[in-house]
Amino acid sequence: MNKELHIESWCSIKNGTVRLNGEVIFTDDSDDFKTFIRSAYSFLETDYSKFFKMDNLSKLAFLTADILLKRENLNTEENDIALVFSNRASSLDTDRKHQTTIENKEAYYPSPAVFVYTLPNICLGEISIRHKLYSENSFFIFAKFNATNLHQYAESLLQSGKGEKVLSGWVDFDGADYEAFLYLVGEEGKIEHTPEEINRLYTIL
Amino acid sequence: MSELKEELKGKIIEQLNLEDVAVADIADDDALFGDGLGLDSIDALELIVMLDKDYGIRLSDPKEGRKIFESVQVMADYIEEHRTK
Repeated sequence: MNKELHIESWCSIKNGTVRLNGEVIFTDDSDDFKTFIRSAYSFLETDYSKFFKMDNLSKLAFLTADILLKRENLNTEENDIALVFSNRASSLDTDRKHQTTIENKEAYYPSPAVFVYTLPNICLGEISIRHKLYSENSFFIFAKFNATNLHQYAESLLQSGKGEKVLSGWVDFDGADYEAFLYLVGEEGKIEHTPEEINRLYTIL
Repeated sequence: MSELKEELKGKIIEQLNLEDVAVADIADDDALFGDGLGLDSIDALELIVMLDKDYGIRLSDPKEGRKIFESVQVMADYIEEHRTK
């Protein structure tokens, strides 16, 4: 018999505002992402020095996930939470930075610290390391937010016992535009895990 | 030499994104890896690129970095001896 799955909690970061379960928990008027994310990191007492070595996409994904996962009283050794993320721009923001370091053959100094982030799924590794997640993880590139695919994949993982919970959603960073919406799917909670509900929560952004 | 050491501390903080670390926090003989500043393997590669880009020193064997990046003092000594720019 299939498990009844629900959206247990959700978090979004967009336009200088952090929302947890629809409630604004932090806002900052900074025009640039760097200043905003540093302020949010500090206000939310994130305390993870490696955060500042991450690229913008990973910072955005990490902070959004951290807000949700640190409320879960996770095991300090291992946790069975799968990650199913998606976005439109892949790792383009960091790809462009890497490109600037290799386009001049007379000054060819690619940065290893930038290069390691030229894949979007690196952010999944950052979250997994921080929260000791040893389950499945996937990162999809869609033309736009795709609740149907995210819903199907999370259902498949949980109904087949590939995780106790799934942290799923959308984390996109391109130029000055950024948008994160992550939600935790499990057997607790009251909001039905359906594409319609996922879309409804996403539009609260 | 003193000027070079201060320059190196600034570059290490800026290029390795060491938030909440100031030049004054790094002593000349502090270990850069392990229990010191806690740098990792990617940081070591960044320092190798920095040696090439800023001082014209190209390490043929990345393992050489283990010794050279022991501390700011050791780095400065090595750069003084081998720099080409």
